[in-house]
Amino acid sequence: MQSKLKRVDFIFSSNEESKKVLLKTFRKTREEILDELITSRLKGRGGAGFSTGMKWKFAKSEVADQKYIICNADEGEPGTFKDRKILDKALFKVLGGMAIAGKVVGANKGFIYLRGEYKFLVPQLKEGISDFHKLLKNELDFDFNIEIFLGSGSYICGEETALIESMEGKRGEPRNKPPFPTQYGYLGKPTVVNNVETLALVMMVCQVEAENFKKLGIHDSTGSKLFSISGDTPKSGIYELEFGMSLIDFVEEFGDGDTKSVQVGGASGFCVPRKKFETTTIGYKEDLDGDSLPTGGSMMLFNSSRSMYNVLHNYLEFFTNESCGQCTPCRIGCQQLLKGIKAIKRGDKSEEYLKQLLELTDTMKLTSKCGLGQSVANSFSSIVENFREEMIY
Amino acid sequence: MEIKALIFKLAEKYGRKRENLIPILQGVVQEERYISDEAMVEIARQLDISAAQVYGTCTFYSFLNTKPKGKYIIRVCETIVCDMRGKKEVISTLEDLLKIKIGETTHNKRFSLLKTECLGWCHKGPVMLVNDEVYTELTPEKIRNIIAKYKENIN
Amino acid sequence: MTDTVKIKIDGIEVKLEKNASILDAAKQLNIKIPTLCHHEDLCVAGNCRVCVVEQEGVHNLVPSCSTPALDGMIIHTMTPKVRKARKDLIALLVSEHNTQCTTCYRSKNCELQDLAAEYNIDNEVYLSVLKPSKVDRSSWSIEKDDSKCIRCQRCVRTCAELQHVNALDVAYRGKDMKISTFMDLHMNEVVCVNCGQCIIHCPTGALTERRYYDNIWDAIGDPKKHVIINTAPSVRVALGETLGFPVGTRVTKKMVTALKKIGFDAVLDTDFAADVTILEEGHELLHRLKRVFVDKEKVSLPMITSCSPGWVKFIEHMYPNYLSHLSTCKSPQQMFGALAKTYYAKKKGIDPKDIVSVAGMPCSAKKYEANRPEMKSSGYNDVDAGLTTREIGHMIKETGVDFLSLEETEFDSLMGESSGAGVIFGATGGVMEAALRTVYEVVTGREVPFKNLNITPVRGLKGVKEATIKIENCVPAFSFLEGVELKIAIAHGLINARIVMDQVEKGTSPYHFIEIMACPGGCIGGGGQPIPTNCEIRQKRIDAIYEEDANMPVRKSHEVKEVQELYRDFLKEPLGQKSHHLLHTKYTKRNRY
Ligand SMILES: Cc1cc2nc3c(=O)[nH]c(=O)nc-3n(C[C@H](O)[C@H](O)[C@H](O)COP(=O)(O)O)c2cc1C
Ligand code: SF4
Ligand code: SF4
Ligand code: SF4
Ligand code: SF4
Ligand code: FES
Ligand code: FES
Repeated sequence: MQSKLKRVDFIFSSNEESKKVLLKTFRKTREEILDELITSRLKGRGGAGFSTGMKWKFAKSEVADQKYIICNADEGEPGTFKDRKILDKALFKVLGGMAIAGKVVGANKGFIYLRGEYKFLVPQLKEGISDFHKLLKNELDFDFNIEIFLGSGSYICGEETALIESMEGKRGEPRNKPPFPTQYGYLGKPTVVNNVETLALVMMVCQVEAENFKKLGIHDSTGSKLFSISGDTPKSGIYELEFGMSLIDFVEEFGDGDTKSVQVGGASGFCVPRKKFETTTIGYKEDLDGDSLPTGGSMMLFNSSRSMYNVLHNYLEFFTNESCGQCTPCRIGCQQLLKGIKAIKRGDKSEEYLKQLLELTDTMKLTSKCGLGQSVANSFSSIVENFREEMIY
Repeated sequence: MEIKALIFKLAEKYGRKRENLIPILQGVVQEERYISDEAMVEIARQLDISAAQVYGTCTFYSFLNTKPKGKYIIRVCETIVCDMRGKKEVISTLEDLLKIKIGETTHNKRFSLLKTECLGWCHKGPVMLVNDEVYTELTPEKIRNIIAKYKENIN
Repeated sequence: MTDTVKIKIDGIEVKLEKNASILDAAKQLNIKIPTLCHHEDLCVAGNCRVCVVEQEGVHNLVPSCSTPALDGMIIHTMTPKVRKARKDLIALLVSEHNTQCTTCYRSKNCELQDLAAEYNIDNEVYLSVLKPSKVDRSSWSIEKDDSKCIRCQRCVRTCAELQHVNALDVAYRGKDMKISTFMDLHMNEVVCVNCGQCIIHCPTGALTERRYYDNIWDAIGDPKKHVIINTAPSVRVALGETLGFPVGTRVTKKMVTALKKIGFDAVLDTDFAADVTILEEGHELLHRLKRVFVDKEKVSLPMITSCSPGWVKFIEHMYPNYLSHLSTCKSPQQMFGALAKTYYAKKKGIDPKDIVSVAGMPCSAKKYEANRPEMKSSGYNDVDAGLTTREIGHMIKETGVDFLSLEETEFDSLMGESSGAGVIFGATGGVMEAALRTVYEVVTGREVPFKNLNITPVRGLKGVKEATIKIENCVPAFSFLEGVELKIAIAHGLINARIVMDQVEKGTSPYHFIEIMACPGGCIGGGGQPIPTNCEIRQKRIDAIYEEDANMPVRKSHEVKEVQELYRDFLKEPLGQKSHHLLHTKYTKRNRY
């Protein structure tokens, strides 16, 4: 069968080429690089999907004696494992992206915030970084120093301000925004936080140039995207695909023939039931008809043998444990949702209570301090609304 | 190494600012498997912060244990994909082999059995971490071999 | 760029300074937005989320306390969306709460209770997610009940930002997140200095003072006991707040009447002991200066006041090598206690074992101080119990008297007379001012060269205040001080104590004499004072203190007749043998961790 999905082979392509790209890019001015990036409409791959060019532009416009570039390698979203592989196989591109970021915003210090679970990568990363430092020094005469900061087992530290707090030696409690990290980041200095994949894709934009980058994907979802595919699929693994695919095409290729639903974007993403596969596109909202789902690239497939109640229960346990606990809606809301669905299942609460819980997720979305609490509603409402019977019986 | 000396060494290496706290805590865990009250107090002293602040920070992170742990800390992924791929069997196999329950440490202080969230190997689940080492696509058979290896490894 | 921004709230335009929050803007318009984690004394946390409002053009609600007002913002503070979300948030907090208002000490003075009542919360909406916990009553001063904690972190910020003790911090995460000491140890086992600032900044009943007033009722009911109470200067300017008077009302004489109605056998004045403190401490300072200037001895200078037991415990923990800088004088409370069971007992012909000596204090640390093992110099517990202003308020309410219309009564005699100098002990800078009024006169034979004896440079709410006083034309005995510029400093709030102590530690402290009070604003802002507290409230209480001083017939400690009598009949002289035994004390080195 001819696949309807377009494979892309950039991220894991040869690093030799990448070196040339880096040298070429460094001959451009900061403004030229920034223009290119903004034109490419590259969006962050950490989940939130913010324009990378704009983020750098904000950081560049800040006046400060010190700025930082942080590569967010805390990858903790259930069902996501692409950043690990990028660091493992395509480190050069990530470091290149960091150095370019450093040049553009005027930072000479970078960190890779690596989740503690990936500690085994440290020796090879150190080696790669040390080679890279030499290259910067000898061939580019660019002063930019990269260090690894190891996480210690906390999902919320992937949130950029929690990550910064954690680097400052504190509890990973997200900060109030504004001010954003580009204004007030690590140690109070302007800081760019980008996902591993985003930084690698910066190299892609520099290599193929913005116009060509834009040819991949649709509308505002340009370029390629790495997908971490797992669950009930014969083909689990990491795939680089053109952004903006239709979910039905995806399921056709990756499903096991009995796919009941796909969880797009991990526990904090959405669960799409079979009846909506056809109308769902994987990408960002702007100018799209039907449903469109942004994602950090986690795609978990469930077939009809799975209980969606168990799935939801598992997510909610995850959130009650991994919430930082500082804000009311998220700390207590998560516990209420978990306790609530259990009570309904047992029959201690009537099915009407689901409505109360759905309203609660509205409150959580509207009032939580950070993305964690705000996005619990995504999986909760998409599962409860589409698989209501499974919640009750 | 005596704990005070260890912490002094770590403070010399990483620095004595608040932003050096986590690397120091990790260094202690690396050596001792956990951060004792004595260690927390000493770290607080070295960094000129209060002991409560060190404690508050440790308890936030799953890897910064404040209770004694075995030489080998086994962390089994309990998140959804591994759950679907047989997490329960992994846990029961480990519980049988080690004769402890999740959350406990063996009497001889060699193994601690813990749960953890998604380890980033979902496509190869079920997965567990033994200290920093990852083991994927676990089966009861595989687990028995892994544990046997660690049991042999007396030092 | 301009330094002002214009935003519209509920249809009204308002001009604001840059960096002001939406909450500030609403306050300016007298629009009330509920808050829980916000406190004017502390940095912004933004974690309770009850202050959310709607901003046009933004889908999610924004927290008004932590969102800066930006030019052109259009804000709605009370839309159905806002109301519903807030109500839900409060209901969530209640679901995690051990709601026991009928038996809760903070009932009717609790921010959660108020909000829950305003928003008509139905306790049945959510399941209870209350965690089991035990009330910690280990400390003499502080009671910690996690089951009533809403995790707003106000206490943590207080202990860090105002007091720099950091005895409390947030521990664990997610559903288990809670406020904890090091290793969840009991409050009496950690560096807590008992200042009680966390109590008066806590919105609920999670942190309260240990309460002893039931024991006092028992003692009063016992005919064999002679129960006396002495009340501290700052109680009289704050007690009214708990009983229906506006902030800053002086209720001294009504308070005396009410305490008599409660049944105290004598209502006496801590100010009397404050005046004694001035004589002792003033002479101690002169003695130290003499040893430095004349005998060329190495003596610890600056000398630092020791009236604030929170401060004393702080220095014992944090600067244990600098205890020699502390004045050896006990605090007025303890001087009073020691004299009550010796001098007072003798003069009144009462067996000291039958005297129950109670101290009415603005302070929670005083409870701890009263129980320090060294505080038994009369042969008994010098002070049997310390009550906070709040507890006194409760006792008065229990009697059912109508405080507002109560007649006025003077303090009882013998240890009931005092000066304006004793009164101003209650405000930051007051001990310094009182000491200077006496010391300057002892040294020069003239009154301090300030209009109406008001030494204004030492007054006010600045964190660290300094002044220099040139000493000229001394009386012969003090000629060694001729021309000396006496340098003094005043710090209140332990974060400011740190600043002056770090100088002492480095050896760069330029001062001769420093006054330090543990609480912001001095005792008027003490941890035992009525709740709430903020800068404005503290200022009003301070104003009341200086008003009280200005209206006293005697303004200088050494001119109080009863004090003069005490020295004539009993103590003989300041720093004398009896004083040494009864009025001075020693300190203990403690561990910082
Ligand atoms: C709960 C939570 C967890 C997150 N975890 C990650 C993560 O593991 N990796 C990541 O790159 N971004 C994560 N993010 C997103 C970051 O906050 C941030 O938006 C991102 O690092 C920015 O990089 P990008 O613009 O390149 O995507 C997380 C956000 C939230 C709210
Ligand atoms: S939403 Fe959850 S994770 Fe985010 S700040 Fe609030 S409690 Fe912490
Ligand atoms: S803390 Fe407040 S709400 Fe809670 S029981 Fe006490 S008075 Fe009631
Ligand atoms: S009483 Fe004072 S020192 Fe003790 S915890 Fe409260 S604020 Fe901190
Ligand atoms: S103890 Fe009081 S101040 Fe501290 S977090 Fe709890 S409710 Fe807030
Ligand atoms: S779910 Fe177990 S590794 Fe991701
Ligand atoms: S008062 Fe604004 S979030 Fe708590």
